Amino acid sequence: MSRTPARTLRQQEGRAGLSLISPTLVITLVVVVLPLLWAIMLAFQDARLINIRRTGIFGHYTLENFGYVVSEPGFWSSLVNTLVYTVAGTGLSIVIGLVAALALRDRFRGRTLVRASILIPYVAPVVAVAFLWETMLNPQYGIVNTWLREPIAFLTQAKGEFLGVQVPVALLTVIAFEAWRYFPFAFLFILARLQALPGELDEAAVVDGATPTQRFRYVIMPQLWRTVALLAVLRFVFTFTKFDDVYLLTGGGAGTEVVSVRVYNFLTSRDDIGAAAAQALVLAVFLVVFLAIYLRFFAGGEREQR
Amino acid sequence: MSRDRFERGLLRVLRPVVILALFLATAFPFLYMVTLSVRDIQELILDPGSIWPERFTLDTYVDVLTKQGFLTFMRNSAIVAVASVAVTLLISIPGAYAVARLRFFGRRQVHFLFLAVYLFPAIVLAIPLFVLFTMLGLRGSLASLILVYIAQTVPVTVYMLRNYFETVPRSVEEAAAIDGCTRLSTIWRVVLPLSKPALMATGLYAFMIAWNEFLFALLFLVEKRESWTVSLGLSQLAGSIEIPTTVLMAGSVVLTLPIVIVFFASERLLTEGLTAGAEKG
Repeated sequence: MSRTPARTLRQQEGRAGLSLISPTLVITLVVVVLPLLWAIMLAFQDARLINIRRTGIFGHYTLENFGYVVSEPGFWSSLVNTLVYTVAGTGLSIVIGLVAALALRDRFRGRTLVRASILIPYVAPVVAVAFLWETMLNPQYGIVNTWLREPIAFLTQAKGEFLGVQVPVALLTVIAFEAWRYFPFAFLFILARLQALPGELDEAAVVDGATPTQRFRYVIMPQLWRTVALLAVLRFVFTFTKFDDVYLLTGGGAGTEVVSVRVYNFLTSRDDIGAAAAQALVLAVFLVVFLAIYLRFFAGGEREQR
Repeated sequence: MSRDRFERGLLRVLRPVVILALFLATAFPFLYMVTLSVRDIQELILDPGSIWPERFTLDTYVDVLTKQGFLTFMRNSAIVAVASVAVTLLISIPGAYAVARLRFFGRRQVHFLFLAVYLFPAIVLAIPLFVLFTMLGLRGSLASLILVYIAQTVPVTVYMLRNYFETVPRSVEEAAAIDGCTRLSTIWRVVLPLSKPALMATGLYAFMIAWNEFLFALLFLVEKRESWTVSLGLSQLAGSIEIPTTVLMAGSVVLTLPIVIVFFASERLLTEGLTAGAEKG
């Protein structure tokens, strides 16, 4: 059928293809692409829910929102929080995922059970696990605090002392949550890659007398770099704009405010749509900039590897 | 050689320790969730350190399902999730088939669109959609929520299904065409029956997104209690002082259990489907 070089058949195929894909295109266009363009327009207008009907394509455009958002006192600290939260959360989840994948690489009794258990934090609804953490860390009746000599308000205390050093308690707790919840994601990716690796290289290294750490460093890790790099990009993108986890755990209080929570607050409690949109755009721009820096850095690193 | 022996010995000890730590870190919180949900609040206050309840009670579940309205929330979540899965599959099956098999204008660019939607921050999208649905008076309706979930999942499910459709041999489809099948009936009678595992996987993905999602449910439904989803219901009630924590824990079990069951049931089905395909060569 497809071997016939008839032009009309080819045209038919093209038309059939377009009509089959059109529902997909229409829904992404209407619900994702057009709203995005509108969000960009809103960021440059003085938009509130009350006067939203007066804004339009030919409305009054201004840069005020950006100036206002960037000069607000909480903005830069929330951007720093976002960056710390993202880098630490991404890094930790990948490292733990890697350790887990290496530990579960070879068979042992009960591996299926452990593997299933590891996947649950990632599969379970974020609201349920956030509430679970809140309960377990509660200073009055949380089980974790019954194991400690002095109760710690993990989620409501901005600063605390640990071994004589000032530490941001709530931010660290949120980062720990992030690592706990998303290491299964890294684990799945890395384990799949590990199990697809050819065994010969590893065996050859054993014959050559390489110790386990040497094999990890010179045989396994070079073959995992691509997967780890991809994971780093994915997790960075997802975490940088993440709203649910921080909002549910602390509500953005106790020094954990990230930009996405600020956007939500501008949108709902302050009813300032223009400023919310401007802030979200600034967040997206920073995301692109950090990604560009990372990709540049990594592309250089990969050339060195070869 | 001694370094090798040392490292091997160390790993032989470390590996079980790491596995045990991972198991405890992931399993214990969920075990605690379940045991906390079947005891009375008094017991928790008096003895917060105990893991195992002294007296079991299911009153917490009765309370959360009826008095707190979780039955309604579950119904809403089920409506949203099932409708999202059905419409997502309905839209993405023809779309994926087109991308896998048919040459049409813009076929290459479609991938870029999909990747963009997949990586796109929901918080940016939330603003215009919140405004739009407020203006249209559609906030509080489950339909608006379903629409957003479909738009967010379709690009990914098209991609997942396309990868699978490409493994269906062309010759089978050509045979069907010779037997007089139109393109649509070829998809319906030949491609879909051969793609059951992939359909399961994509359906599961759409279900999980719809059941677990929080941000859009919060933005669209928060003012209308009778339309709350389970996720939104739990998050809203979690802050109140009147409802005992153990009752809310029963609510979290109710929220988590369906997803865990669906995930593990279909994970096995998936691997079975794949091995069955391998046997036929």
